[in-house]
Amino acid sequence: MAGGVKYPEVYLDMLSQPCRALHILLSFNKVPFTIRTVALRKGEQKTPEFTSLNPMQKVPVLVDNGFVLTESVAILKYLVTKYSLPEHWYPSQPERRAKVDEYISWHNTNTRPHTAKVFITEVLIPRMTGSAVDGLRVERALAELKDTLDMLESMFLKRQPFLCGDDITLADLLAVCELMQPLGGDRDVLSDRPKLQRWRSRVQSALGESFDDAHSVLYKLRDNFKSKL
Amino acid sequence: MALEIYLDLFSQPCRSVYIFAKKNNIPFEFKKISLLEGQQYGEDFGKINMMRKAPAIRDGDFCLAESVAIMQYLAEKFQTPAHWYPSDLQQRARVNEYLSWQHMAIRMHGSKIFWLRLLIPKIMGVEVPQDKMDGALEDLNGSLKLVEDKFLQDRPFIAGEQVSLADLVAIVEIMQPVGSGLDVFESRPRLAAWRERVRVAVGTELFDEAHKDILAAQEMVKNMDASKMQVFKPKILKLFL
Repeated sequence: MAGGVKYPEVYLDMLSQPCRALHILLSFNKVPFTIRTVALRKGEQKTPEFTSLNPMQKVPVLVDNGFVLTESVAILKYLVTKYSLPEHWYPSQPERRAKVDEYISWHNTNTRPHTAKVFITEVLIPRMTGSAVDGLRVERALAELKDTLDMLESMFLKRQPFLCGDDITLADLLAVCELMQPLGGDRDVLSDRPKLQRWRSRVQSALGESFDDAHSVLYKLRDNFKSKL
Repeated sequence: MALEIYLDLFSQPCRSVYIFAKKNNIPFEFKKISLLEGQQYGEDFGKINMMRKAPAIRDGDFCLAESVAIMQYLAEKFQTPAHWYPSDLQQRARVNEYLSWQHMAIRMHGSKIFWLRLLIPKIMGVEVPQDKMDGALEDLNGSLKLVEDKFLQDRPFIAGEQVSLADLVAIVEIMQPVGSGLDVFESRPRLAAWRERVRVAVGTELFDEAHKDILAAQEMVKNMDASKMQVFKPKILKLFL
């Protein structure tokens, strides 16, 4: 390591889906980095120090030797380029790259909010308020997710092994982390979708250890959830 | 076959793609699609974009949706001037940061104000409850503050000295609530100054042409046939009320 240059710092909470995607990309590709934990459930993103780093009060945040970057998508693309990660993550051929960009753009307003809502209504809100689960809200969230999953299968996955073609890309990484989240409440949103299940298995295999490592906190949450039932 | 771009200039992301293509003299066939008339649900358009949204492009056999992806593709294919999507790692990251953030922030909040002020009263025949309007306004103000304080700061443009995709995507979204009669620039001189810089950078004639329809929205919506827009009722109930 050149004198004075530090490993990039990544501000994370492993219960956050985009944080996991980032953690997986870095650890899978053996990019050295320093983790700075931000416990969202304790409101640590709202401290004055963190707010001056990121006024949006969100994770993940990358600090690379003074360069501060928010938004997981921007961070992932930055890292792919900076560390010359294998091409397949974010192909350079224009049409193939465009397909990844197309998914990522759609992901922000579909996969991410609709899957998160299931977890939020089923796990987060009851935890934070101490109230019982509002079954109706969960049902509505699942209904909206259904449309998203239909589109994921028919528009993106189709007959391909991965969302944007023959190889795993940033699209699969982002999508899988979102779709894992409801597992924290012991709900597998892909349980009746064999095609998407097979895709998830392919992604897990491709990512190896880094996948389960990143999801260990979520698995613990699920175990706690189950033991309370 | 020429590049086809499917557009409705009432839509913010359509405006950014239109301005980008025209400014860079990219040859294309303008395929008009009227969203409020439900033309995105036609069979032919479904073959271009299953998601039934605009903008969308067809470049030979290659179809692509999502305005950000489209502009990134066109920038690459037509080798547009570097400032639009800088090759410098950190500058590009700044642009990507804005393009990612805006989906669920300024885009969402600006769109909502447009629907609450203009389209919902027209389609549902009732004014939106004040508390909903106040909440939406608060969200929009919050996003505008972040645009000014975090993304622009004291720079002339979001990525620095020159206009980029980030400014283009930002300006078209901010113009949407303006089209509904809410002048968000009035009390924000820094933002207004930035708007003028962007307008000059893309070409004032092109900017004004692209925004002609949205700025006439109040009048246009007044004259629309509400009975033809009832297909939007379920979406309105689910999303907004």
